[in-house]
Amino acid sequence: MRNGSCEFVLDDAAAGPDELVAAALEPGSDVSWADGGPVRTCRRAWLDTFDWRLYRAGLTLEQVSGRGFADLTLTGRDGEVLATERIGAGASGVRWPSLLSGLPSGPLRELLEPVVGVRALAPVARATSRIDERRALNAEAKTVARLAVDRMSVTFPARAVVPPRLSLAPVRGYQGQADRLGHALAHVLGISSGSGSALDAALAAAGRRPADRGGKGAEVQLTPAMPAPVAMVAILDALVDTIEDNVTGAVRDIDTEFLHDLRVAVRRTRSALKLAGHCLPVGLARRFRPEFRWLGDLTTPTRDLDVYLLSLPGMIAGLVAASEADLVPLRDYLARSRAAAHRDLARGLRSARFARLIREWRTELAAVRPSRKDQTVARLADGRITAANRNVLRTGRLITAASPPADLHELRKRCKELRYMLELFGSLHDPARRWQAVRELKALQDCLGEFQDAQIEREEIGVFAERMLAERSATAATLLAMGEIAAGLARRQRHARSVFDLRFADFAGPASQARLAALARTAAA
Amino acid sequence: MKIFATYNIKGGVGKTSTAVNLGYLAARDGFRVLLWDLDPQGAASFLFRIKPKVKGGGKAIISGARAIDAAIKGTDYDNLDLLPADFTYRNLDLLLDSAKRPERKLARLIDPLKAEYDLVFLDCPPSISLLSESVLHAADVLLVPLIPTTLSVRTLDQLAEFVAGFNGHRPEVLAFFSMIDRRKRLHLQVSAELPESRAGFATTAIPALSLIEQMSVRRAPITAFAPRSIGARRYADLWREARQRAGL
Ligand SMILES: Nc1ncnc2c1ncn2[C@@H]1O[C@H](COP(=O)(O)OP(=O)(O)O)[C@@H](O)[C@H]1O
Ligand SMILES: [Mg+2]
Repeated sequence: MRNGSCEFVLDDAAAGPDELVAAALEPGSDVSWADGGPVRTCRRAWLDTFDWRLYRAGLTLEQVSGRGFADLTLTGRDGEVLATERIGAGASGVRWPSLLSGLPSGPLRELLEPVVGVRALAPVARATSRIDERRALNAEAKTVARLAVDRMSVTFPARAVVPPRLSLAPVRGYQGQADRLGHALAHVLGISSGSGSALDAALAAAGRRPADRGGKGAEVQLTPAMPAPVAMVAILDALVDTIEDNVTGAVRDIDTEFLHDLRVAVRRTRSALKLAGHCLPVGLARRFRPEFRWLGDLTTPTRDLDVYLLSLPGMIAGLVAASEADLVPLRDYLARSRAAAHRDLARGLRSARFARLIREWRTELAAVRPSRKDQTVARLADGRITAANRNVLRTGRLITAASPPADLHELRKRCKELRYMLELFGSLHDPARRWQAVRELKALQDCLGEFQDAQIEREEIGVFAERMLAERSATAATLLAMGEIAAGLARRQRHARSVFDLRFADFAGPASQARLAALARTAAA
Repeated sequence: MKIFATYNIKGGVGKTSTAVNLGYLAARDGFRVLLWDLDPQGAASFLFRIKPKVKGGGKAIISGARAIDAAIKGTDYDNLDLLPADFTYRNLDLLLDSAKRPERKLARLIDPLKAEYDLVFLDCPPSISLLSESVLHAADVLLVPLIPTTLSVRTLDQLAEFVAGFNGHRPEVLAFFSMIDRRKRLHLQVSAELPESRAGFATTAIPALSLIEQMSVRRAPITAFAPRSIGARRYADLWREARQRAGL
């Protein structure tokens, strides 16, 4: 596709391309085919994040390795090369999965940063290509186009052979002749115009589709008339899928998002059980709620430290008096604590208790049967959204200037519950209207989140300081720098508190409430 | 971007052969190379099997980037493109004469190409003209093939003097012996004496070889069709010296 090149696929994997491409030359044509040099073999790997961020952004990152080298190339939607970087091969190359920090700094990494963020890149497909070139010559025996015959065998995610792919690339300045040739090739029997990238072809041959997993709990498609238990099972099934999808990455510590997504799925499960558990068979919610609570708690220490480590660069950037070097002991301390917390987490996720929880939960969900007297999911959603909204309003209205932080934390939980209800039942609503309806709620949540996070982080930094003093890993300079960070957090918290009244009033105001109420009327519609 | 130019007011001394082979070797080293065939005779274009024709001719080219971009052709070799010659280049002097500061015109035309190319090789026609002056001002390194006769020495001295008179940008002059014939006594004598008396003279000399002459039959650089031959090896040596002189 690049530079006006065209792509073809041989319909028959076993077909020799030479007879076919010869057929593209009209009798008497002054174009002829010539050999294009020895066959090249290269190993290819396509990289993406677990949730396919590059693919979703229309980008392709490919590593091509030959003898002693490897090239990483980022291409855009139409195959144009955006950046390429030579990295070492083998031991001196990049070991996948890798965070962006493991890539050499340069234009390629800069382009990847806003898309990939904190996620790791890992191979989504691997293949070996044998590339055999032919040259199209004009009457002067000048090369006017190059035809590459790419025989690709996929080795990951499954072994498969891809039908040979042809790509005809014009030599600069000979587009016209190349176009005529491409047109002729498209009309040869046994050659089809190709579409889709090599990655698409590799995945298709391996029986996979891109972006087929890793979303934050793929949205379940509900219909209003569905019996509530059926809908709940669909929702909870999708959530347990997400939990399981993210276990390996969280245990192997590939990047911090695995744990984050796992936690979100656990929290959603818990909210669903708390607020809508009554429409499941009697006792089911009560039986599993403590187990999911255990699972949630298991993930908290690691996540808290992740959040701290991720926000540290921002905190360092805001330092006025202290310097980055002063905080090295804090970063080391956090990294050590995080490593210890992660060991506990991994043990928990590999435990028999976790395996049993998932297994039994799936068994129970599979056994749920709807009965005639079940309400519809539309009614359930309306009721739950209304109730959750009422809880937010009731809790929020009690908050005054004198309220302790704990009251705001409580309100934050109610807000999260309302948000989860809106998300779980989201497929019943028009996306645009839902988006508008949650705007004020989101702003309120951001404010409460900022307030609580700043408070917790400030309390934590006090605890860190005590522990670091106890283990003698903090110097006076480090403690002073930590004091400066604590002051910054206090400022953030005070600011969040100062805008709270406004945010809550917006949420509780007639416009926002009318939009939410409209979402809670699906059953009537 | 670095600009090399093969330069000698005489014809038939090996300018084109040098530009073509060094251009090829540079591209093989991974540089993105453009060779501009400035000679209306189009010898370099012929060697790459490319028609010596540019849409709109020299006039269009002098008008700037768009025409140059449209005229560039890919050679059969990776990283090596050619801006072909055109019959109308014989009027390039007149066209330059009407430009502002004509001696700087070529440099101005080449400048926008630096996004796409690392190196430009200018293959000059044999003459003293406004064009050649413009080439001298644009080039970072002048590759000057000399046939070892006393006359050629005078040429070199004149060139050195001329370039020394530039203020501001001055090209490096890398002179080397071309078409050395071991059977000619004068060649041996001059080639033994001259490099010692002239600073910056290349240690590499290109011998007269029938395989180099074969390039016009094969229509390809000898460094491509016979990379292990003596001729190709001498061009590789010369390229190494030229690279060094350019600070690459
Ligand atoms: N080292 C050499 N040995 C033999 N023939 C050569 C050599 N260099 C150039 N020639 C031949 O001499 C002729 C002129 O060379 P060319 O490179 O075109 O010189 P210029 O560009 O200075 O006119 C060409 O036919 C070429 O093949
Ligand atoms: Mg010439």
